[in-house]
Amino acid sequence: MNARSACRGRLALLAAAVGLAGCTQHGASPPPAATARVLPAAPAAVAFTPPPRRAIPDDAFGAVVRQGEALFTRTGQAAPQFVGNALTCQNCHLDAGRLADSAPLWAAWVGYPVYRSKTGHVNTFAERLQGCFRFSMNGKAPPLGDPVLVALESYSYWMATGAPTHVTLAGAGYPILPQPEQTPDRVRGKAVYTAKCSICHGAEGRGREAWGRLAFPPLWGPDSFNWGAGMGNVNLAAGFIKANMPLGNGWSLSDQEAWDVALYVDSQERPQDPRYTGDVAETRARFHDTPMSMYGRVVDGHVLGSVAPQAGARPRPPSADRPAAAAFVRRRGRAAPATPQPRTTKEQP
Amino acid sequence: MRTVRRRALGAAFVFVTGPALQAQGVDAVQIVMHGNGRGAHACAACHGNHAEGNRLAGIPHLAGLPDAYLTRQLTHFRAEARDNPSMQVIAHTLTPAEIVALARYFAALAPPPPASVTAPPPALGIALAVQGRGAVPACAACHGPGGVGLGDEFPPLAGQSALYIRRQLEAWQQGRRPPGPLGLMGAIARRLTAAEIAAVAAYYEQQPAIPVAAASSKDVP
Repeated sequence: MNARSACRGRLALLAAAVGLAGCTQHGASPPPAATARVLPAAPAAVAFTPPPRRAIPDDAFGAVVRQGEALFTRTGQAAPQFVGNALTCQNCHLDAGRLADSAPLWAAWVGYPVYRSKTGHVNTFAERLQGCFRFSMNGKAPPLGDPVLVALESYSYWMATGAPTHVTLAGAGYPILPQPEQTPDRVRGKAVYTAKCSICHGAEGRGREAWGRLAFPPLWGPDSFNWGAGMGNVNLAAGFIKANMPLGNGWSLSDQEAWDVALYVDSQERPQDPRYTGDVAETRARFHDTPMSMYGRVVDGHVLGSVAPQAGARPRPPSADRPAAAAFVRRRGRAAPATPQPRTTKEQP
Repeated sequence: MRTVRRRALGAAFVFVTGPALQAQGVDAVQIVMHGNGRGAHACAACHGNHAEGNRLAGIPHLAGLPDAYLTRQLTHFRAEARDNPSMQVIAHTLTPAEIVALARYFAALAPPPPASVTAPPPALGIALAVQGRGAVPACAACHGPGGVGLGDEFPPLAGQSALYIRRQLEAWQQGRRPPGPLGLMGAIARRLTAAEIAAVAAYYEQQPAIPVAAASSKDVP
């Protein structure tokens, strides 16, 4: 808990800028300290608790709020036209976007509109959500006013019911970890990954599936976030990991472990940055000019980003071609099915 | 009844004729039905002829649980790391080969049907199982939708005795059971209230277990 309180002061400086940190592409942003200068001086973070789910009103507005929650937790199923990977919003914003220190949406809502040096103009919340789809979801930005955005805005707005606005709420963004004692190291990071992460995310980071459905999200590879996503920044990933991983036992890793394993995960190949200019070095110079991005760096003789799959959705087999998934859906009745099925838990091939 | 028994015997037949099992040289059915002759009494005496357990008594069903999970638990009992006097005594008399053979035998059986629904599951239990609460992840996040289980590490909860589930969560709270991979269940159980434990246990007792074959393919490179 000491580390947690130590984070708070620095968190207050940055949290509003981070906002939807899980989807933020800080690649072109200045370092955190410089980002903070665009904000008003931040007083101590304000405590806030979102209303319970059962308080969603049973009216026309509440119906759209519920749509937003469904989009948030089952993103690829609910908005396949805008999603190009196997992730959902709540993979990075836990508890359906409600959990403090997991970039909760109620805190992001009161942090927008905000000036972002990345775009050079004041971004609305909706524009920020577009970025999530384009980068973290490796998909396509829904047009402004699209029902998908309206539902997600409504859900976030509802969660922020009663919150003051234009403030930094306690638990906004991800914690800002202090610099580790030792320079983050991929070899140590791999050891942490193998011991504490691979049980769920698989030895190759591709996630794991059970009964033909994804059970744990892929952290790299073609079905994960692309090179433009905020989670590709080692400092943001370290903060998320420290507070939230292993799932169910957050704040259990040391700062050093969180930095090391974040560097390991962010030193893996993933879908191309959609802003790719055709040249990795140029793309790095324009959009990843920060020590926190490994894009374009040489790792074990490989230039990261040089063999990245194209950004955006890739063709995938319809669910009818996945017998395990279809069988699972059929079998979710009340009665136990008659014929045994092979246990199909496995790492994503 | 006869059908179920035939299925169980069929599974046992597959088991004892499989090459891996022959290599063990252990007759699991003999131990299950009659004990091992060295102090372990018949598993079936408490867990039932089809390893269906006894819900009211809080005795878990073993049928269809992953063999690696069952092996781990028997090993914990043997080392007295998991607290249950009866099971500790029994596990002490089992050889490692017998533990493996028993685990495979039980894993190959079809799980029992879920408890008959006399009351709808408590809303609190559904919420915890499906959505979680704050930093407590949804049970389904690791144990699979409806608690069908996910690999060797996250055993099925569906159809398990509610009393048994409650006792296990309390054992984790009190450090009387090893907290499992990464210590996750210890960390999670300590954040649960008594009301949440009772509710989520009641929820899972009503969920249908999905039969699985003993052979589990889980890691594909």
